[in-house]
Amino acid sequence: MNNAHLIISAVSMDFTNPDGSTFRALQNVDLAVSKGEFISIIGHSGCGKSTVLNIVAGLYQATLGGVILNGREVSQPGPGRAMVFQNHSLLPWLTAYENVELAVRQLFKSHKSQAEMRDWVEHNLSLVHMTHAMHKRPDEISGGMKQRVGIARALAMEPEVLLLDEPFGALDALTRAHLQDSLMEIQASLGNTMMMVTHDVDEAVLLSDRIVMMTNGPAASVGKILQVALPRPRERVKIAESPEYNHCRHQVLKFLYQRHGATQEPTPADAVASDKALSKVTPLNPDEKKTQVLNMAS
Amino acid sequence: MNTQVMNDRPVLLDRLALNLGSKPIAWLRALAAPASGILLFLLIWHLAAPTVVTSLGTVPGPVQVYQQFRALVAEHRAERQKEKAFYLRQEKRNAIKLAKNPDTRIRIRKYTGNPTFFDQIVTSIYTVMAGFLLASLIAIPIGIVAGLSKPVYAAINPLVQIFKPVSPLAWLPIVTMIVSASYVTDDPWFEKSFLNSAITVLLCSLWPTIISTAVGVTNVSKDLQNVSRVLRLNWWTHVRKIVLPSAIPMIFTGLRLSLGIAWMVLIAAEMLSQNPGLGKFVWDEFQNGSSNSLGRIMVAVIVIGLIGFLLDRIMLLLQRKVSWDKSVALR
Ligand SMILES: Nc1ncnc2c1ncn2[C@@H]1O[C@H](COP(=O)(O)OP(=O)(O)O)[C@@H](O)[C@H]1O
Ligand SMILES: [Mg+2]
Repeated sequence: MNNAHLIISAVSMDFTNPDGSTFRALQNVDLAVSKGEFISIIGHSGCGKSTVLNIVAGLYQATLGGVILNGREVSQPGPGRAMVFQNHSLLPWLTAYENVELAVRQLFKSHKSQAEMRDWVEHNLSLVHMTHAMHKRPDEISGGMKQRVGIARALAMEPEVLLLDEPFGALDALTRAHLQDSLMEIQASLGNTMMMVTHDVDEAVLLSDRIVMMTNGPAASVGKILQVALPRPRERVKIAESPEYNHCRHQVLKFLYQRHGATQEPTPADAVASDKALSKVTPLNPDEKKTQVLNMAS
Repeated sequence: MNTQVMNDRPVLLDRLALNLGSKPIAWLRALAAPASGILLFLLIWHLAAPTVVTSLGTVPGPVQVYQQFRALVAEHRAERQKEKAFYLRQEKRNAIKLAKNPDTRIRIRKYTGNPTFFDQIVTSIYTVMAGFLLASLIAIPIGIVAGLSKPVYAAINPLVQIFKPVSPLAWLPIVTMIVSASYVTDDPWFEKSFLNSAITVLLCSLWPTIISTAVGVTNVSKDLQNVSRVLRLNWWTHVRKIVLPSAIPMIFTGLRLSLGIAWMVLIAAEMLSQNPGLGKFVWDEFQNGSSNSLGRIMVAVIVIGLIGFLLDRIMLLLQRKVSWDKSVALR
């Protein structure tokens, strides 16, 4: 567990209210993530899911505890971590291409030529199927397309850890399904570690290796961790009939309904369960993925 | 009633200018309301003016004011004729001198006629633009830095709050003293009077731009600031790609306020210090006290208003050119 790729260790987070009092949003959040794993964080609105992601991104500093990535503590945003924001957060005055280019320039201007950078921007836009509209500005494309560009921008940073904050929350079901499929494809080929906040149970089960269920705030914590033992690649239609899928779905729903409105500390049993779940993770072969990344990039 | 119509005028003119460029029919319809507003105003003016008697006779109506305008145009033409004639005579004289003795050193003397109304307009516009542009060049960077850094903002804020309400009339003596003490050259690039006016304008038009720019910069959306941090943009890229585009609307709000103030301040400064420009024209006519003076001052008032309005429109056009969001309602 100590040599895990990404460790969130005993993180507590206090916010200062405008009146000067403090508000404890997170209390003792613990999570260990292996390389290449897909983690979903699910929980009721306002419980602190975004806060967890922001701490991992380095945008917030945990009040207590900390985040360790590859053995080093995270204290600020870094090149290994990219974020897909809840409301796309594209710069409205730049085209899709320029939005991605901004990230690429910042990261690679010293080791890539102009032509290489252009190819890299276009490559990432093609990963999310946005080549056709890459010279349009955000206000000229649909919500789903904006979210795609946001993903391309994050991917272009070649992150080891990709953080996604309710990336498909505001989209219609069909668009969401398309983007979920794209995301699975991308993860299969690039092998990034993914942490995604969602409030959609089906989405969590379909995409995740593990689902982290958070208790309600204030002082929210990890309530329960559920292993999703579905084989990959996953096809949404086939999977929907499998007993494991329905079992997982049921578990998550049960948790969400039980905890609704109640503030509960995680029980020792929960902690044991999460440890077991972690040991069950079957690491995907990292070498295999590296070569794939290289193939994609060349 | 009279003031009511006056208050409506800028709005009407606003609509008028905004709707240019659409189809002719829509054009006419758009023009109908503003035109009737102006006509009504002229009518009331025409009827009310003769009833007010001053020491210089009755207050001129629109017709007399228009006649004064024509007279000012005629004076301007006459003055230009005189100037031309002056230089022609001088050239002829010089040619004769040269013919007698090729070694004569020719000195070209400048024409020193009185500046006409239109010369004063040019001087005023030139001065206001100089003061305003310089003020903007100083104020926008200060505003950006103040908006980005809380300590800088805290340091600057009290100064801005104290200097902002200072009337131009209070600045003027200080500026005049300092300029005459420190600007001593034999071959001046600028007239001292120009410097006095321009610096006074500058001092009064700094503040709205600083404040608006700082507010615009502080209000850059939290999401975009997070994007900038996750992408780890360096300071300069952050300012160029995120801060400036976000703050453009507020910067222009400040610039338009500043330019409005600059124009008002300039006229006042010119009146007070007898510096060349429209303000001096008004003051001279007031001192002159002929039967035409009131009419001529009214011409100046209307021209001052029109130029102020035009300056604001130019800023709007500039904003539309610079802003990424062409759809925002620009008013
Ligand atoms: N910057 C902040 N300042 C103060 N309170 C915050 C801040 N960010 C989040 N919170 C509070 O922390 C709690 C968790 O917020 P968040 O992580 O956004 O929830 P979620 O993403 O799960 O909906 C909420 O009660 C929210 O009001
Ligand atoms: Mg959230």
